Amino acid sequence: MLEKLKDLGILSPRKAEDYKKAWYKFSRNPLSVAGLVIVIVVVALAILAPYVTPYPHHAEYYVDFANANQPPSLAHPFGTDQFGRDVLTRIIFGFRYSLMMAATVLAIVTPPGVILGLIAGYYRDRWIDTVIMRIADIFVAVPPLVLALSICAVLEPNIFNAMMAVSLMWWPWYTRLVYSMASSLRMEPFVQAAEIIGASKIHIMFKEILPNCLGAILTKVTLDAAWVIILGSALSFVGLGAQPPTPDLGTMLSDGAKYMPTIWWITVFPAIAIAVIVLGFNLLGDGIRDIYAAEAR
Amino acid sequence: MRLITYIAKRVGYTVFVLLGLSILIFTLARVLPGDPARMALSPRAPEWAVEKLREQLRLNEPLPIQYIYWLRDVFSGSLGESLVTRRDVLTDITEFLPATLELLLFALIFDVIIAIPIGMLAGRKANTWIDNLVRGFAYIGVTIPAFVFAIIFLLIFGYILQIAPTVGRLSPGVMPPPRITGLITIDSLITGNFSTFVDALSHLILPSFALALGPIAQEARITRASVVENLNKDYILASISHGIPERLIVLKYLMRPSLIPTVSILGLDIASLMGWAFLVESIFNWPGMSRYGIIAMLRKDLNAIVGVVMVTGLVFAIANIVVDVIVSLLDPRIRMVERAK
Repeated sequence: MLEKLKDLGILSPRKAEDYKKAWYKFSRNPLSVAGLVIVIVVVALAILAPYVTPYPHHAEYYVDFANANQPPSLAHPFGTDQFGRDVLTRIIFGFRYSLMMAATVLAIVTPPGVILGLIAGYYRDRWIDTVIMRIADIFVAVPPLVLALSICAVLEPNIFNAMMAVSLMWWPWYTRLVYSMASSLRMEPFVQAAEIIGASKIHIMFKEILPNCLGAILTKVTLDAAWVIILGSALSFVGLGAQPPTPDLGTMLSDGAKYMPTIWWITVFPAIAIAVIVLGFNLLGDGIRDIYAAEAR
Repeated sequence: MRLITYIAKRVGYTVFVLLGLSILIFTLARVLPGDPARMALSPRAPEWAVEKLREQLRLNEPLPIQYIYWLRDVFSGSLGESLVTRRDVLTDITEFLPATLELLLFALIFDVIIAIPIGMLAGRKANTWIDNLVRGFAYIGVTIPAFVFAIIFLLIFGYILQIAPTVGRLSPGVMPPPRITGLITIDSLITGNFSTFVDALSHLILPSFALALGPIAQEARITRASVVENLNKDYILASISHGIPERLIVLKYLMRPSLIPTVSILGLDIASLMGWAFLVESIFNWPGMSRYGIIAMLRKDLNAIVGVVMVTGLVFAIANIVVDVIVSLLDPRIRMVERAK
């Protein structure tokens, strides 16, 4: 199977032509393209939030009780919340926190997770494999959300600590993914050839094995972005993540839930917003997976 | 016999992992910045009260000593005193755990009895409108987190339609059955109290369904994929050419191999159910261990947090062993590999 992948040169695109081929395959599936568009739009809205939102000053402390709890109207397409703040504005600012959370956590977690997986996989059945993988097993012995909640619980509740808590428990998933790939790749002829000509261990791990894992890692990063966003909003929802008045989607949900069902728009629109970002990253991730996986069959 | 050695090995490894988990969570709870005793009391609490609590939690001892004390207490059947309820954490957990288990059990039942038929149907009718409908549903299930489903259900079924209760395990005024297993549905059936059973069931529906939707979507997708894969195999073609009726092929030959991936990812489903239970129980005021855990977390109740995490880890480990045993019973190849080792 691996042989075939290499012949097709698609396992990890390195040349311009490979990228073109990859894009062609990706663009054939309308769902993947839809995912990409959603992600681009959300990222653009988040970056340009102060310029595109109708009431940028509603993102932080702002009280206007005269206009509180207004149902959706032309002036406030998604209505206003219990303090009279524009829900649409706060959702777009909320994208910033969600994306920041995903980007930070994945940037912190991916490199060590991948490197540990490479080491454990390459040195399979040696003591270092045992140490790394057994520690990883301990971290995945409770459901991710439970570990994240309990780490957050002992920290001051704020968005930075929520990111740290999620990062602390997320690395083993990358270690496990890369471990399973690396431990089979190290038996491949090209790795053994490199060993015979005396390539260094570092070269073998990072130049021979790692490039062949990149597709799977990239897919996982994209799908995990959705996961981290859900997790972050769950932490804020419980009150262990971002705190009011931060316009975090999870915080908005829990604030709004108290006013259900009469003032439904405070809750329903942030919920839809979360679903939209998560859907975007999921579709994008499935599309990226297809680029790499379609040839594997 | 092989199965027993396999289970024994798994149990042994679980003990190791849980010990590791206890060290991890114990250390995190005490090493991370902030004074647990100060956090547990209010910021305005007098210093002597904080000092007393610190003494009581043995926070003044070095960390390894604290851990050894904790471990000793665990073996003598105590998880330490909860700062919120002022009872032993183990007493609290034994009181609240059955409610959580009941919720998880029903969510899992929903998961299996809904996901497998719709996944198999979508697989057999691949690329038809039925398949697309299931795929659309699966995307909704994957993208909307369980706590959002919980809020939506609360709104639609609880407030607008008012067809299902949304708070607790039983309606006010309904006497809980005598505690045998702690699972109200089962206890009420044992004692023959049918109206209590119906009441308990109606309380279970919304929260367990909110929990189950994500796993249902995931499982339906997996089942569909493996049905499609198996349908293209030669043995199915062979059975069709032998003139075996389609119903028989599906039930006897297609189902068993197709369900192997479905059952193997039940472990992941259980992780997701147990995690989201923390939020869903809070939303539905379900008096289970997870809601107790959330209260403990918000009140910085260290002993209770550690206890809840450990019990969650234990339940999760047992569930995973059960899932793996079922998979090995479904798939003789896995047993062969075990034997070959």
